[in-house]
Amino acid sequence: MTLSFYVHIPYCVKRCGYCDFNTYTPNELRAGGDIASVSEGYVDLLIEEVNLIPESGPIPTIFFGGGTPTLMEPMDLGRVLSQLENKFGFADGCEITIEANPDSVTLEKLEALHSIGINRISFGMQSANSHVLKVLDRTHNPENVAKAIDWAKSAGFAEISVDLIYGTPGESVEDWSSTVDTALSLPITHISAYALIVEEGTKLGSQVKRGEVVMPDDDLTADKYLIADEKFHSAGFDWYEVSNWAKPGSECRHNIGYWKGVNWWGLGPGAHSHMDGRRWWNVKHPNSYRDRLQEGESPMLGEEFLTDTEKESERILLEIRIRDGIGISSLDSEQRSRLLPFLAAGHLSNEWWQEGRVILTQSGRLLADQIVREILL
Amino acid sequence: MPAIELSKAPQPSATNPEQIRNFCIIAHIDHGKSTLADRMLGITEVVDPRNMRAQYLDRMDIERERGITIKSQAVRLPWRSGLDGQEYILNMIDTPGHVDFTYEVSRSLAACEGAVLLVDCAQGIEAQTLANLYLAMENNLTIIPVLNKIDLPAAQPEKFAEELAKLIGCQPEDCLRVSGKTGAGVEVLLDQIVKQIPPPIGDANAPARALIFDSVYDTYRGVVTYVRVIDGHLSTRDQIQMFSTGVRHEMLEVGVISPEPVVSKGLGVGEVGYVITGVKDVRQSRVGDTITTYNNPATKALAGYKDPKPMVFSGLYPLDGADYPLLREALDKLQLNDAALVYEPETSAALGFGFRCGFLGLLHMEIVRERLERESNLSLISTAPNVVYRVVHDDTKEMIVTNPSEYPDGKISAVFEPIVRATILAPSEFIGAIMELCQQRRGTLKGMDYLSEDRVEIRYTLPLAEIVFDFFDQLKSKTRGYASLDYEPIGEEEGDLVKVDILLQGENVDAFSAIVHRDKAYAYGVMMTSKLRELIPRQQFEVPIQAAIGSRIIARESIRAIRKDVLAKCYGGDISRKRKLLEKQKEGKKRMKMVGRVEVPQEAFIAALTTDADVDKAKAKK
Repeated sequence: MTLSFYVHIPYCVKRCGYCDFNTYTPNELRAGGDIASVSEGYVDLLIEEVNLIPESGPIPTIFFGGGTPTLMEPMDLGRVLSQLENKFGFADGCEITIEANPDSVTLEKLEALHSIGINRISFGMQSANSHVLKVLDRTHNPENVAKAIDWAKSAGFAEISVDLIYGTPGESVEDWSSTVDTALSLPITHISAYALIVEEGTKLGSQVKRGEVVMPDDDLTADKYLIADEKFHSAGFDWYEVSNWAKPGSECRHNIGYWKGVNWWGLGPGAHSHMDGRRWWNVKHPNSYRDRLQEGESPMLGEEFLTDTEKESERILLEIRIRDGIGISSLDSEQRSRLLPFLAAGHLSNEWWQEGRVILTQSGRLLADQIVREILL
Repeated sequence: MPAIELSKAPQPSATNPEQIRNFCIIAHIDHGKSTLADRMLGITEVVDPRNMRAQYLDRMDIERERGITIKSQAVRLPWRSGLDGQEYILNMIDTPGHVDFTYEVSRSLAACEGAVLLVDCAQGIEAQTLANLYLAMENNLTIIPVLNKIDLPAAQPEKFAEELAKLIGCQPEDCLRVSGKTGAGVEVLLDQIVKQIPPPIGDANAPARALIFDSVYDTYRGVVTYVRVIDGHLSTRDQIQMFSTGVRHEMLEVGVISPEPVVSKGLGVGEVGYVITGVKDVRQSRVGDTITTYNNPATKALAGYKDPKPMVFSGLYPLDGADYPLLREALDKLQLNDAALVYEPETSAALGFGFRCGFLGLLHMEIVRERLERESNLSLISTAPNVVYRVVHDDTKEMIVTNPSEYPDGKISAVFEPIVRATILAPSEFIGAIMELCQQRRGTLKGMDYLSEDRVEIRYTLPLAEIVFDFFDQLKSKTRGYASLDYEPIGEEEGDLVKVDILLQGENVDAFSAIVHRDKAYAYGVMMTSKLRELIPRQQFEVPIQAAIGSRIIARESIRAIRKDVLAKCYGGDISRKRKLLEKQKEGKKRMKMVGRVEVPQEAFIAALTTDADVDKAKAKK
């Protein structure tokens, strides 16, 4: 058995208005604190957690996510990697990704990150329009993205990705089109494009609730998905998951692992893990996480053991999202019949259906959740 | 002390009619009837102060919460008059306080010789009270006008004394002033009841005749029937007979309420009490019927017996189709205690299996629904209420329509709808607003009188259907809550009525069909189609929503096909969250009702069938 690893870095200089991830600003953790002081010793805790993990085979993929992983000293992240490599070993071509904020990198830092073994980097670009970034409450200057990506390139990163967000209030179709064009003009191999989800409890969530900000029409957001997909495709980026496109061979293997239901271990506060139908998650707050590990206890907060039905639900809802889709043979005849209207409406690929696979077409990808509900009824 | 110890008071079955006074209290909701009754129970010492609780006589939670009486009761109160020092038995007969129960009120009044007209002297008389007052005057009852709540800072006893004097033809100073809250004036009131109200008159030697003025189902005892003996005597060992059905019953128990049941040997002329026969269904012991003895039957029934006639119909459906048997059971159970409730199974293409239920009026409908939901823990959808139509079609055939979906399709030569005479009391500043509302609702002005300088009584005839559709809420909102309304059916009239159907993707949604006046059909169609467009989620295909009279489309809207239904990402491997969201969505899908291929959430049905006023009410409850 092998394990992939997700490493959570729960710090941000500032919380973006739409974000409900498990991340904290220095000031939230300690009044007047800075990143260096509040994150001091954090890597030691991650290493403590690694020590709690049972033996398993060489690691295929590792992903540093956050928060803002690039706020950490590359050397510290390198200690985590060494610990993982010492304990489990790295599989051939082990994919090691880091999420990066274009504002918190320098050429030197990127070189350092590359030198510790990180071979894939994903920049939070979100949009090329400053007025859209303002609604998202992002701090970076859109021009920094090109600069950061050039640096990454010269630092030796071969796999570079950008994250984009569409459907932000105030974003026009033209705005989005120019964002896509800008992204495609960069020397990148991978793109993630996510429709904005307004979460309760975020700043943007309350602005929408109060009516200060109006969410764009869903049809407009659907149009933007189609525009992006067409442009990405023409530029040689093919979809391999509903929200992810890559040049051939540059797909994010860590990401695919989630959709295929592999085993992974999430390190850090609030991180989720999965092993053979058991899912668990850690305590959310960095302080509770520290307390647990300093006591020599597991930081696990809760867990669930999936029933066969739940495993099947997850398989369907995850697999339908990827390019390989679902094998028709894994569905019973009633489930197949319920899919026929989607096939007839062109939401499922006819060609692939003949080949025995349920694979979403472009319009079908936008209705993935509905199709999942229809299968699982 | 004017109170008399129960054991020393005149005993049931052996009380001289000369010592009896039977009275009721006519009052509007909130005018303090229950509090005054509580005070009478205390002053006459029939309830030990330790056992006293507020609204002692109201039995159901709903009665206490809403401050209304649904069922009447009769309490025997011994009292030594402060005026002549003699012992008396006062029977206080509680009357239901709402327009829907006018018939029950009239039977309670028929059991009395006098009535206390109780009016909140901060608010003045209300339409319902006025209607009941007229009913009492028609029954030749002695009226004692009483102003309540004189302790309130906003009390205007002089103003309302004048109003009452004018209405019943007495002097303003004849109006008694009491405070149910403090007890002020209540002893004087009891003495005046003795003095002013005549004792009952009846023939003790004639065959027994007793009037049923209420009938209540009790889980342990079966039906408890409240009666007033007019002639003769009812004894425990008698076999009794109901006049309307001729059915014979054993009399298992006779007694009086004081205010807990006290078993007695019998009931004599003028006395008020209860009988238990072991009957399990109030329809076998109906309000208004006459009880006589089997061995020595009376030849003539007491006047005024009527079968309750449902005026308003609505479909009741369980939210969860699996609860249908439970709903049937609950209705069966409720009917044991509610002879006016009628129902029969009906099937709606949109709502599944349910019952078409007939009610005396809107409040009756609300109460039934609330009791079903509360006592049997059911969640219900009710269709918009409608009245009964008589439809003549194909020139000769005639049918009674209680459900718009049964409205005949063919050529209709005439439709008749029930008409009511409505009385509205309100401050005169609202005359314009009230007339405008009644005019909009196809009303005909019948007359208007000033009750006092600034209060008017306005009389209209209106189609009942117009009242059934949120009239009362509109009236209240246009008069800042000051107007009160009473109405009584006076027959039927031909109307220019049409049935408006609502179609979803060409499929008729029976639950939304309505019979409306031709001039209002368009407005109804536009209202329903635009409401549904908001309420029904987008589907995989475009869904046209149309309103139609027959095959003619009068309004249309359309729901665009859905294009996007996908979550962009899973957060940091939090697959559990996504799975739980899916499970929630699946639950939602299960609660969808299918109309053809269109999935309609139940919330959409509820919201579409609810008027805005209902929504506000529901909010106010929370």
